[in-house]
Amino acid sequence: MNKWWVFLISAAYLLLLFGVAWFAEKRAAKKRSVINSPYVYALSLAVYCTAWTYYGSVGRATAKGLEYLAIYLGPTLVAPLFFTLLRRIIRIARSQRITSIADFVSARYGHNVSLGALVALLSVVGVVPYISLQLKAITTSIEIITRQPSSMGHFNLFQDTAFYLALALTAFIVLFGARSVDASERHEGMVFAVATESVVKLVALSVAGLFIVYGLHDGFSDIFSRAASFEHLRSQLGISQVSWMEWMLTILLSMCAILLLPRQFQVQVVENVRERNLQRAAWLFPLYLLAITIFVLPISIAGQLAFGSSANADTYVLTLPMHLGNNLLAALVYIGGFSAASSMVIVETIALSTMISNNLVLPLFLQSASINRDENYTRLILRIRRWSMVVLMALAYGYEKLVGDHMPLVSIGLVSFTAVAQFAPAVLIGMYWKGASRKGALAGIIVGFAIWFYTLILPSLAEVGLLPNTLVQEGPWHLALLKPYHLFGMEGFDPVVHAFFWSLFFNLLLFVLVSLGSRRSAQELYQAELFAHAARSNTQAQRPVYWKGSVTVGDLEGLLANFLGTQKAHNIFAHFARQHQLRLEPAQQAPESLVPLTERVLTGVVGAAGARFMMKSVVAMEEVGMNEMLNMLRESQQLVVLNKELRKKSAELEKATRQLQQVNERLRSTDQLKDEFLYTVTHELRTPITSIRAMAEIVHDYDDLAPAEKQQYLSVIIRESERLSHLITQVLRLERFESGRYKLNLSPVHINEVVREAAGFYQLVAKEQGVSLNIDLTDTDFMTQGDRDLLRQVVDNLVSNALKFTPAGGSVRISVRNDLDDITIRVQDTGKGIAPGLHQLIFDKFFQARNQTLNKPEGSGLGLAISKKIVELHGGRLWVESAEGQGATFVFTLPG
Amino acid sequence: MKRVPLQVCCCLFFLLLNYPLASLFNKPVLVAGIPLMYAYLFGIWLLFIVVLFVVMERSSKNEAEPYE
Repeated sequence: MNKWWVFLISAAYLLLLFGVAWFAEKRAAKKRSVINSPYVYALSLAVYCTAWTYYGSVGRATAKGLEYLAIYLGPTLVAPLFFTLLRRIIRIARSQRITSIADFVSARYGHNVSLGALVALLSVVGVVPYISLQLKAITTSIEIITRQPSSMGHFNLFQDTAFYLALALTAFIVLFGARSVDASERHEGMVFAVATESVVKLVALSVAGLFIVYGLHDGFSDIFSRAASFEHLRSQLGISQVSWMEWMLTILLSMCAILLLPRQFQVQVVENVRERNLQRAAWLFPLYLLAITIFVLPISIAGQLAFGSSANADTYVLTLPMHLGNNLLAALVYIGGFSAASSMVIVETIALSTMISNNLVLPLFLQSASINRDENYTRLILRIRRWSMVVLMALAYGYEKLVGDHMPLVSIGLVSFTAVAQFAPAVLIGMYWKGASRKGALAGIIVGFAIWFYTLILPSLAEVGLLPNTLVQEGPWHLALLKPYHLFGMEGFDPVVHAFFWSLFFNLLLFVLVSLGSRRSAQELYQAELFAHAARSNTQAQRPVYWKGSVTVGDLEGLLANFLGTQKAHNIFAHFARQHQLRLEPAQQAPESLVPLTERVLTGVVGAAGARFMMKSVVAMEEVGMNEMLNMLRESQQLVVLNKELRKKSAELEKATRQLQQVNERLRSTDQLKDEFLYTVTHELRTPITSIRAMAEIVHDYDDLAPAEKQQYLSVIIRESERLSHLITQVLRLERFESGRYKLNLSPVHINEVVREAAGFYQLVAKEQGVSLNIDLTDTDFMTQGDRDLLRQVVDNLVSNALKFTPAGGSVRISVRNDLDDITIRVQDTGKGIAPGLHQLIFDKFFQARNQTLNKPEGSGLGLAISKKIVELHGGRLWVESAEGQGATFVFTLPG
Repeated sequence: MKRVPLQVCCCLFFLLLNYPLASLFNKPVLVAGIPLMYAYLFGIWLLFIVVLFVVMERSSKNEAEPYE
């Protein structure tokens, strides 16, 4: 085809694009936006398909068969997540006026300037080659269609097609990409033009495909069966030359790309008009991808069948129609390729220019120069944006000229994908995980990029001769483990997949580890919260809690006017006033919500970090530092904690009160007991003392008493004194037992002996009372370690009690046996017995005292209590088995 | 909007398109003139789109703004 025809067609098409864009802008100005439609939105997403899709897929298919589909299946799989993940991103971006990936990352990690700059820089580095690729694709297609290979001689700028192409595209970009200083405004013209181009490229490719399949051949089955008959073509009917791991990783890679490529972020997030459009897009976009890839394989096979070798397979789409002499179709295909390439260039350049201006240039500018309050920065900012676009195009053009023929069409795209995939942890995980920190993101991205560079860029530099080849073959300093294409010995992988794996592996690793280990600033914490929760509802972000101070309305409006122009600033404030039904006077202190509103609007113009900077300059205030922020948080936290504490304490208090009451009860009863004890003791003491006194007085007063009488009285005195002494001893002893101060005098004790002694002692008394006293011992000589005297006392006490309560004619029997390991001593009587209810009570100290139904006994009433205590001190037990009217058996055990 | 079906969809089709399920079809045979793998991949793809269509269009019938 004639060169001039090509130029004419190209120029006509470009004019069409300009016209379409201009049309859309006009409609938008009339508030009848054309990009409101979900179909336009879905079509604009198809900017994902570039010249690489158009030409390169066919080339890839000749090498690896259906493997080329991986790059389109990834976005397809992400499509259902449009309504969750993507919508979340959109909401966050809207509420914070985020206009690029760099801004997103910067905002998430505390409006951090350096992180945003890093992301911007790396995006440029990763994507500019991809832009160059598009330019090269167009120029190559021109060469093919005019059958004029480029002059390999000296380079003449003005004869260079690529140069004019770049110029034309730059004009479009500047005209439709930098119309407004507010980057968050929609680029209606650009979006509509891109959507149109999506249609054009799809139509062109489909027509070409149909023609090739049904015109050149006899349908799909014809092509495929022909392919099946050739050995080398048969494998291309499936996925060949690729491992399944590579297939899966490529899908994952493209999933990252569809979300993180600057152009995708631009059309998906920034240019999104309505969230509802996501619904349609979720199935429309995959459908588009399916339609544009379905002819790739047939075309690839047809090309190989027609041309034999698979050299320049990328160009089959164009060369096949030409081969058949169909110039019209060739022209259509050419235009389709042109569309595919140019739409990518346009959107990508606009997206990157926003990043450059907002995250690289403006922060530097704002921090170095002193801001003159009265100057209007609108034009300055626009100029920066436009110049960024020019610079970007120049870079892309330069790169294309420099690297030129060494560029394989396909892999550059994937290299770019891998570059932007480095943002995945910081963006995707950072949206959900509040623990992600700035340092973590920084570490991850830096490491990821370093590995990306090392495994993908460095080797290509070696390939063009800029670096020694041994670097790739043997590794740096001959370290085989560090070979750029085979890091750590991972063999058998496509370089891109290999790079993707390692770069993201270390990226993710460092991201998580450093985040876990680093402390986050107050800003970061706040932003993390906002990001995690801003997605919940479609409302604007709440007032930042850490502004303090005040500013006048006039100052704020002036600040906005600096960057948006007086009219726009005024409109915004007027709208605000209407919404909140306020009157805004310049000298008035700005109402609460006006400050974040101003900051938000500014973010759209100068980016998040720049906006924050500007706000700080005007609003004479400080951000609350970490301490204050923590204090505020702590206060509110404290309230919650206090509340909990309060409830816990009152529960404890209740418990304590109850315990106190119980103790009180016990004390009172103990008190009562003590009183009784005192009463009884004093009573008991008094009685003998009284007797003694009485007797002594008589003897004293009447000295003509008969000697026999005198004897009698004196013996009473003696007896009572003894009794008194005995009582006191008992009391004291019991007290000592109770307080644990009594020290047992331990020695081996022969129980049988003790029993015999006691029995012998009481024989007389028993006889007097008419009670028979028997002992029942075995031949075993039971021995225990104990205090002989005390044990004797116990036996005495039990026997004397038994004798006391056994009427004449009854019997008392003492037996000693062993049950298991214990020695059991039983004292059985045939007395009146003890009611079961009293079995415990009789061992109480003052039982007898309380129960005055019994005859006043001898003794203190403490006998059983003391016995029990003694037995327990020896590690035994003392109890009674009895029923009323059936006698009583007192049993005690001793450890043997 | 049911969030769960969407993510289940995503996972399910991810599995269908990968080893080992997809590898079963990766044989250079023709089915009605179409390569098996070609038919499988595009078939699954189309199915996926239809499912998405149904889910999205059905929920758009509900006027309430879907939750996240």
